[in-house]
Amino acid sequence: MLTEAAHIEKHLIPVLKTVSDPEIPVLSVLDLGVIREAIEENGIVHIKLTPTYSGCPAMDVIGDDLKKAFSEIGKKAEVELILSPAWSTDWISEEGLKKMEEYGIARPLSETADKDVLLGEKKLVKCPQCGSTNTHLVSQFGSTACKALFKCDDCQEPFDYFKCLK
Amino acid sequence: MNKELTDSRLLGNLYNYILTIADNSLILAQRLGELCGHGPSLETDIALTNISLDLLGQTRSYYQYAAKISGESKTEDDIAFLRIEREYKNCLLVEQPNTHFGYVIGRQFLFDVYHLMLMEKLQNSPDENLAAIAKKGIKEVSYHKRFSSDWVKRLGDGTEESNTKMQEAIDDLWRYTDELFLMTEAENAMVKESIGIDVSSFKVKYYKEVSEVLKEATLIIPENKYFAKGGKEGVHTEHMGYILADLQYMQRTYPNMSW
Repeated sequence: MLTEAAHIEKHLIPVLKTVSDPEIPVLSVLDLGVIREAIEENGIVHIKLTPTYSGCPAMDVIGDDLKKAFSEIGKKAEVELILSPAWSTDWISEEGLKKMEEYGIARPLSETADKDVLLGEKKLVKCPQCGSTNTHLVSQFGSTACKALFKCDDCQEPFDYFKCLK
Repeated sequence: MNKELTDSRLLGNLYNYILTIADNSLILAQRLGELCGHGPSLETDIALTNISLDLLGQTRSYYQYAAKISGESKTEDDIAFLRIEREYKNCLLVEQPNTHFGYVIGRQFLFDVYHLMLMEKLQNSPDENLAAIAKKGIKEVSYHKRFSSDWVKRLGDGTEESNTKMQEAIDDLWRYTDELFLMTEAENAMVKESIGIDVSSFKVKYYKEVSEVLKEATLIIPENKYFAKGGKEGVHTEHMGYILADLQYMQRTYPNMSW
């Protein structure tokens, strides 16, 4: 978890926590690690947001939601999209990973393990429903660009796996 | 030559250089987008449209940058939607139609190998904007390449029919590969400024890597003597007009409309 590396002023955290990823509503933007900077200057909140994937359609919505959340407490927010440094799944907080699993999405594995499972060579992805690793890749791309589709061969449930991005 | 003139010429070349890279992503994204709801299976449909989305995201970043340095009050949408055919600088390969799944995969594979090599070099460009887009893009493009190479192997080394179709696509698309490595005026100018990439420098590496995958896929490597070119200079194949008609229709009919 590298969210600490992001420059976020403490008093803004409660508001930021209320804004979630529209695709994975259990994750707040802080859990996801997409807020790289949030500072208040002369009554205006300046936020630097980084996309998970270049074409992530959730970014525009998140930007609007951030502005709305701050306007509700009478503050104006300006959101800037930045690309560098590129987002990594390492930036998802441990709390975020737990929430993700409870929500039914398997957490990203390490980079090498990720390669092995996406090439279909090893069974390492843990089914978020029953916990079995007897799972297989159905599709390299899932419901969104950041996920792949898996199926559990024990409980037979299909599920999303959050791909490792480094 | 006064400094202002040099600067404006430099910016003009940089603008064209950005489009040379970005237009490939836009047109390929549009081609892949045509398959939304029409993929051969649900999984490949989702995969192809996800790849399209990645490419479109990269395109937006490039166009936003190009709009910023254009010196006019242009937006990314103007650049995407309001140019005439001759002003698009994409290579001929990416505008080729989705004839059948073999073509979709063949086109993707032949482009992905090139695209990744370009991004790997571009990430070290002293131009911070281009470097940032490339660094972000590499992660996505390597995944695209993995997907398309897998399918080339699966189809090539599959049934007799899938092998025939994959071979047909590779044979037909091969003629568009050489153009990827032809240098345009804007590319040469940007290489001179150490900002741009000399694409001809990884041509040998490209054909070596492509050939290795084709061999593994039990496909025959074409031995063309004739190669088509022109896209990067704005001279496109007959398919381009139809793509633009689809792409530009809404903006031409309802100028400045937004969703």
